Formats: sequence, structure tokens, C-alpha cells
Amino acid sequence: MATTTTTVPSAGPVVGSRSFLSRLREGDEIARLITFLFAASVVLVTLLLVFELWQGSVLARHKFGLNFFFTRVWDPIFDQFGALPFIYGTVLTSAVALAIAVPLGIGAAIFLAELAPQKISDTLQFFIDLLAAVPSVIYGLLGVFIVIPLMRQYIQPALKSTLGFLPLFQGPAYGVGFLTAGIVLAIMVIPYIISVSREVLLSVPRDQREAALALGATRWESTWKVVVPFARNGIMGSIFLALARALGETMAVTMVIGNTPTISASLFSPGYSIAAVIANEFTEATGDLYLQALIELGLVLFLLTFILNGLARLMIVATSQKGGGMGHA
Amino acid sequence: MKRIAGWILAALVLAGVAWAQSALLINGAGATFPYPMYSKWFDEYHKKNANLQINYQSIGSGGGIKQVTEGTVDFGASDGPMNDDQLKAFQDKHGFGILHFPTVLGADVPTYNIPGVTGELNFTPEALAGVFLGKVTKWNDPLIASANKGVNLPANDIVVVHRSDGSGTTYIWTDYLSKISEEWKNKVGKGTSVNWPVGLGGKGNEGVAGLVKQTPNAFGYVELIYAIQNNMPYGRVKNSSGTFIKANLESVTAAAAGASKNMPDDFRVSITDAPGKTAYPISSFTWLLVPAKFSDAGKRDAIKGFVSWMLADGQNYAEALSYAKLPKEVVAKEKLALANVQ
Amino acid sequence: MTSSLRWRKFVSGFMLTMTGVCAVVAVSVLFLILGYLVYHGGTSIGWNFFTKLPAPVGETGGGMANAILGSAKLLMLASLFGVPIGFFGAIYLAEFSGGTIAFVVRYAADLLNGVPSIVIGIFAYSLVVLPFKHFSTLAGGFALGLMMIPITLRSTEEFLRAVPGALREGAMALGASKSRMIATVIVPAAYRGILTAILLAFARVAGETAPLLFTAFGNRFWSPGWNQPTASLPVMIFTYAIAPYEDWHRQAWAAGLVLLGLILVVNIVARGILARGIAVPRS
Repeated sequence: MATTTTTVPSAGPVVGSRSFLSRLREGDEIARLITFLFAASVVLVTLLLVFELWQGSVLARHKFGLNFFFTRVWDPIFDQFGALPFIYGTVLTSAVALAIAVPLGIGAAIFLAELAPQKISDTLQFFIDLLAAVPSVIYGLLGVFIVIPLMRQYIQPALKSTLGFLPLFQGPAYGVGFLTAGIVLAIMVIPYIISVSREVLLSVPRDQREAALALGATRWESTWKVVVPFARNGIMGSIFLALARALGETMAVTMVIGNTPTISASLFSPGYSIAAVIANEFTEATGDLYLQALIELGLVLFLLTFILNGLARLMIVATSQKGGGMGHA
Repeated sequence: MKRIAGWILAALVLAGVAWAQSALLINGAGATFPYPMYSKWFDEYHKKNANLQINYQSIGSGGGIKQVTEGTVDFGASDGPMNDDQLKAFQDKHGFGILHFPTVLGADVPTYNIPGVTGELNFTPEALAGVFLGKVTKWNDPLIASANKGVNLPANDIVVVHRSDGSGTTYIWTDYLSKISEEWKNKVGKGTSVNWPVGLGGKGNEGVAGLVKQTPNAFGYVELIYAIQNNMPYGRVKNSSGTFIKANLESVTAAAAGASKNMPDDFRVSITDAPGKTAYPISSFTWLLVPAKFSDAGKRDAIKGFVSWMLADGQNYAEALSYAKLPKEVVAKEKLALANVQ
Repeated sequence: MTSSLRWRKFVSGFMLTMTGVCAVVAVSVLFLILGYLVYHGGTSIGWNFFTKLPAPVGETGGGMANAILGSAKLLMLASLFGVPIGFFGAIYLAEFSGGTIAFVVRYAADLLNGVPSIVIGIFAYSLVVLPFKHFSTLAGGFALGLMMIPITLRSTEEFLRAVPGALREGAMALGASKSRMIATVIVPAAYRGILTAILLAFARVAGETAPLLFTAFGNRFWSPGWNQPTASLPVMIFTYAIAPYEDWHRQAWAAGLVLLGLILVVNIVARGILARGIAVPRS
């Protein structure tokens, strides 16, 4: 009756010759339609959001044009607005956050999925999920009370004395700055990486591991060279979640980044991010151009996310091998 | 089990819907600075009028102005008066105007953290402008040292701290600096958010206070209440009469009294650098923004009733919370102006 | 044992220990946070906290009962709105769609995820508050629901795809239609992961402040129904934390602790009651 061609193991659409009527009767067409509507609504909402941002920033866009991307000045009194320091801060803090959170997160996920006995793994996962529930305001406050003093008194001086020849670690150590914001962000995004990666690792079929071990691999080799690549796409998905969270975080970042629109090579320097400046100034902004400049910053962040996501996806496609488990970008 | 979940869901839905509301709910939005005072007032007033609930949320002065203009709240509150453009926008949208009613007074104080210095410092207007313009960079600069003879000021770099979020506190500070420094006025200007020449940005009063407390050689500005409640050291500022005044409830009220002689009828006035021997120069009103007309008589009477109470009994609650009360000249004027709300 | 094997074994032991260290670091951060909250806010938690309305400064005996109820209502609305979209959308992506559409939807979800929460709040404000000229619980639920969609969608899709092909083929070999296969075989097999995704999205929005400032607004009193402004725990934390008063600071910490506690309870209940036996044994 049905000649279906499913490819192992990806789950693509069933291309077959079952008649339309029989599919309809079985409810498949309806299911497809309904789920399609839900999926489409996601795209629609996103487009609507971009549209609103576009509309809401019309004055600013006309006044500044492309210069908005390259101007360093942000002056609400004299109506001069430029996005460059905020773009820099957003990208830098997210990069620092991921640089810390990805190795830590994947490492922890591997531990929880491969090594820990089930009960311990489940319990620890429980607690790590709680990290995702901590309000961003509390993260900000903890950043102020714990991380900033730690940075100013211990970590920044230590980095300066050991790695101070690098431009990354020069300049006065205030405690606030790009590095501090990156660290706080890392803590905030780690639960997403651990949680999703662990689940994906757990769902890798047992025979993959056993095959590797049977061929003489050590435990680590079987994990790192077989299981993790199999779960690659899921892990990358979790990193996308983490990246998005880091790019858009407002409250916590603004409390620890120093809120100074500066571009500096040093991680110790205070800086600013797009989300932070919007959060700081939107409620008080009066005057159409000012408000619209802030909304244009929101649009810029959207563009930034778009580009970063695209680059990341290109990187995945470029480095993916065949047989990498669940295949999609 | 699915049924249990279903029942719980139904119960929650009903709980949300079936609650009857008999009290009159009035919503207001605006400045964060007076939030503790307003919450005390609205609570006390609610005790006296159980059928009236005034819900005030501090989303920022700009937010208050915006929302009252949009009509999503019944009244607004702001640390800085609405400017002419904003008044016009309200008028255009509603067909009638909006009135300002000062409620309490606030002040900004210069706070610092200098290793080895424990006493109170004196600051001249020139010193303050110089520091925040980035021209006075060291603590032992002559502009600061000359007013503080006898104090051993170190030759350390000053770490300036200012507000990162738009706020009335910044508005007061920059308004004062614009008045006493031509250079500041031309280069930076006054507003809730400005392009600071130097310094780190802290979020909120507590952000600035936190940074100043933690960073050696820091120099920032915070609301008076904040400094009092958190036992922070702050300096004296030289007023227009030449005296170094420390900010406290009396000196702030004195600033308002000094300015009340020339107070415009709509109360939209800046009282920084006010005349008066005992006046503290960096003081300011905070205002309630009340539409001139209400279509709902119940809401109108409720708000008018509250403002009358606020001008009388309400003022007595201010000092306990470290807010400075209005001088009697201003109170008298406001009582008259209240009749304009229809 | 050859030296190469010895080396590989050493590397294996070392790397696996490092992963343990990573896990320990991650978990200890959480305990540090919890400890801090308990230490600073623990004294403010009591019967009053859960039953009384907020009191003005200087008065003891106030609580955050309205904020707790408000958060519960908001989160319920958010889940009702965000979870079905994420869930069914993921089913479409994993089971029905071709490559291009799936790519576009995934991209859109990632973009939506990256939008700062305050921009989502502004967006919800212009859609749901401005036309009706008042703040409401509905608007807040809408804003939070929007934020739940991407996490739910992306993660659920991953877990649906992770279901082994053998299960699908088995179902189809038995003659099941696509929708029946999805409903009775695939979704149950991916249940645990999907639940994780939903709870993660839930936890994320439970602590968000910025989107609520312009939608649910805030309320010192009880908020009847769904059409009035309502208090919520994150907004209370924010308001109290930035105030000058030490007593309010303690209450802010306490509220943070209570929020975490509530999420913990939801997690336990959800995993305990709703997650029944899994079809696929853990490998």
C-alpha cells in the first residue's frame, strides 16, 4: 500500500504515494496544517516585531542613516546618537560569556550524562535548572555585591600581573567592565547549555558508545569522538540559546558593565551594551528623536543577532561531517 | 490525573475571573525618587477611604509623562517638570491641559570615598563642575583643596561616578551644573540622561552608591534620602549666598521657600542654586501631574481629595522618611491651584 | 600496556575528572546564590510574606501575597500562550516540514530569543496596552509567552529529532498514520526532553522584570480578573532593591528566594506528576 522512503535516522517528511484522501482521513493533513500554522505564527510574530521596530525608529533612521553604525557619540541633550560603542560592548560581552560558558557547560553536561549515576545526575540537573530561574535583577545584584569586589580586589590584579602584557588586561581595575559582565552572563547562560546538552547526550543510542568501546577506545575517546559528535546539532542548538540570551540580557549587564559608551581593547574597561542602554534610558526618554534612536538600537541588535546566527550556522555547515547524527542546520 | 489537572486549571481560571471589585482603582505612574513617600501616602489614604485604591508604580519620570499623556494611567509623577513640547503634546491629544503639583522636596548630595579622609569636605560650584567636566582630575587639585584647608587630600586620580539610567536625580544635578557653569551648559547640558564627559555609570542610586563605596577615590552624587538611610558621608556645597551648606531637611525646605517668592503659577520651576542664606543649592521639587479635566467625576474627586490631604496631613509623614516637606508658601499656592482641576 | 595506551588512559581519566570539575563549579554557583539569598532574605520570609499586601516603608508585617498570585497568573497565561506554539511548531519542524521552511522558522525563533526583554515589553505594550488604554495581566502574559516560544520550540524540536528511527519505522510498519505515530510514539519517547524544554522556558520568564513594567505594570493591591494591572515578584524585587531602605532590600532578597522556591515546586510537580514512564529506556 504505502511505499514510504524514510532515511535513517533523520525524520524528514514522508514522501509517498498514499492518496490525498487517505491521508486526510487519517488526520495527517489536518495535523500538518495545524502544526504549520503554529510554526508560521512564530515567523509572523518575529516579522511583526521587526516591523514595529522599523516603524518606531523612522525619525532616527532618516536623520542618521548609515552613520548610526559608525558614530561613537551618544548625546541625548544635543540629539547626537551613534550605535558603535553599544555594538562593540554587546559583541564583546557575549563572546566572553560564551568563551567561559561553552567549555564549562559542555564539560558539565558530559559529566552528568556519561559519568554520573542517574540519581545524582537528575538531582544535580534539578539544581542547575534552578539557575535559569534566578531573576536577572538578582543576578545583577549578586554581580554588584559579590563579583565586582572579587574582580577589583583579586581577579583583575592577578590577571594584570600575570598577563598584563596583553592589551586585553591593561588599564585601571574598577571591578566593573566587560570582563565582569561577561562572567555574570556566563553564569546566566550556562544552565541552558548544560540542560539541553545533557538531554541530547542522554538520547544518543547506547550502541554508539558500545561500538566505540568495543573498538578499543577509552571512555573519554568514546565520549568525545563518538557520542558528542553524534549529539552535535543538539549541543549547537543549546549554544544558540545561550548566545541569544547573552545578546539580549538587560538588567544584570547594566549593573556590572560600568555603563560608559567606550570602545577599548581592554577587558577591564567599563563599557555598554545595546540592551543595557535601552533598559537604562527608555523609561525616562522624552523627545521623539531620543526614543526613536533607542528603538533603532533595538533594530540594530536584531540585525546583529541575525548576522551572528548566520555566521554560526555557516560555521556548522562548513565543519559538519556526514553521519553526524541528527542532520540539520 | 489529567482530570485533576483539568480541575486545578478550571479553578485557577475562575479565581482569576470571578473576583468582584467594588473599590475604585486609580492608577498613577512616574518618578522613582518619591516612590516610598507616595506608597506611604496612598496606603494611609486608603486606610481612611477603604473604597479607594490608588496604585502608583515607579516606572520613571519619563514613563510617567508618557503614560499620562497616552491615557493609560490617571495621573503621573515626575522629578522634572514637563517641558513646553510635552505640555503641548498633552493638550493636543486630550483637548485640555495638565497641571503640576509639587509634593515633596529632594536634593542631590556629593558623596565620595577617599582613602584616609573621613570628615566632611566643602565643594565650591567651580570644583563640582570641574570634576564632572573632567578638568579637575586629582583630589588635591587647588579648586578642591582651597575650600578644605587642613584636610590632607591625596594626589590620587578622581574616579567620577554618575547615573547611567535616565533619572530625576541626574536632572537636578545637571540643572545645577548648567546654572553655575557656562561651560557645562554649552558642552553637556541638562537632562535626565546626558553625554557625560567622564566617569562610570551606576544604575540607580544604589548603583552609584555601591560603586562609590567600593571604589577608592570615587566621587558621585546620590539622592539625600539615600545618603541618610545608608549612612554615607557627603560634603557641603557652597550656595549662592557664599555659605557652605550641608544638605538636610531644613536646608532643602529653605531652598524651596527662597524660590517661592518668584514661583510661577504652574509650579514648573527649578529651585537649584536658590537664593537664601540657609538654602541648599542642589534641591528640587517633585511633582504630581494631574490632568485638568476628568470625565469620571469619581476619579476627579478622589484625586482632588488626595491632593488636599497630601498638602495638609500628608506633609507630616515626610520627615520620618527623610523627605523634606513643602514650605507653607507653596502649600498655600497649591491649595488655590487645586480648584483648576475639573 | 603500551605507553600510548597508558597516555590515552591518563587523558581519559584526566578529561573525565575535568568534566566533573565543571559540573561542580556550575552547581556550586547555584548554592552560593541560594546561600546568599537565604542569608539576606531569610528573615523576611514568614506567614505575612505569603498572605499580606505590601506595606509602606517603616511598617512591619507587610508581604507580597498579591505579587505571588500575580506571578502565578502571569506565568499561567504565558504558558498557555507560549507552550502550544512552541510545541506544535516544533512538531511541524521535526515531522512535517521540508528543509527551507524549517530553516526559516528556526532562524526566526533564534532571532526572537535574542530580543532584549525590554523590547518585547515595548512590543507587547504597543499591541495590547495602547489600543485598550490600560495595563493588564493579559498584556503581561502575552509578553512573557512570546519569550517562552523560542526555547520551547528549539529544544522540543531537538528532542523530537533525537527519537531513533527504529521507533518511527516500527510504528509505520504497524500501519499507524503520521499523526498517530507522532502522538502515540514519538512524543512520549521525547517526553522527558520536551518537559525539560518547557520548564526551562518557564523558569526563564518567571524571573523577567523588564517586559512586565509596560504590560502588567504593577499593583499595590489585589488584581481581580485578567484585565487589571497586577503585581509580580520580579517587579517587586526590582522596585524594592533600588529603594534606599534596608528593610525593603531584605524583602527583595526574600522575594527572590520565594520565586526560586516556587519554580522548584513547579519543577518537582511537573516532573513527578506529569512525566509518566518513558518508552525509551535510558541508554
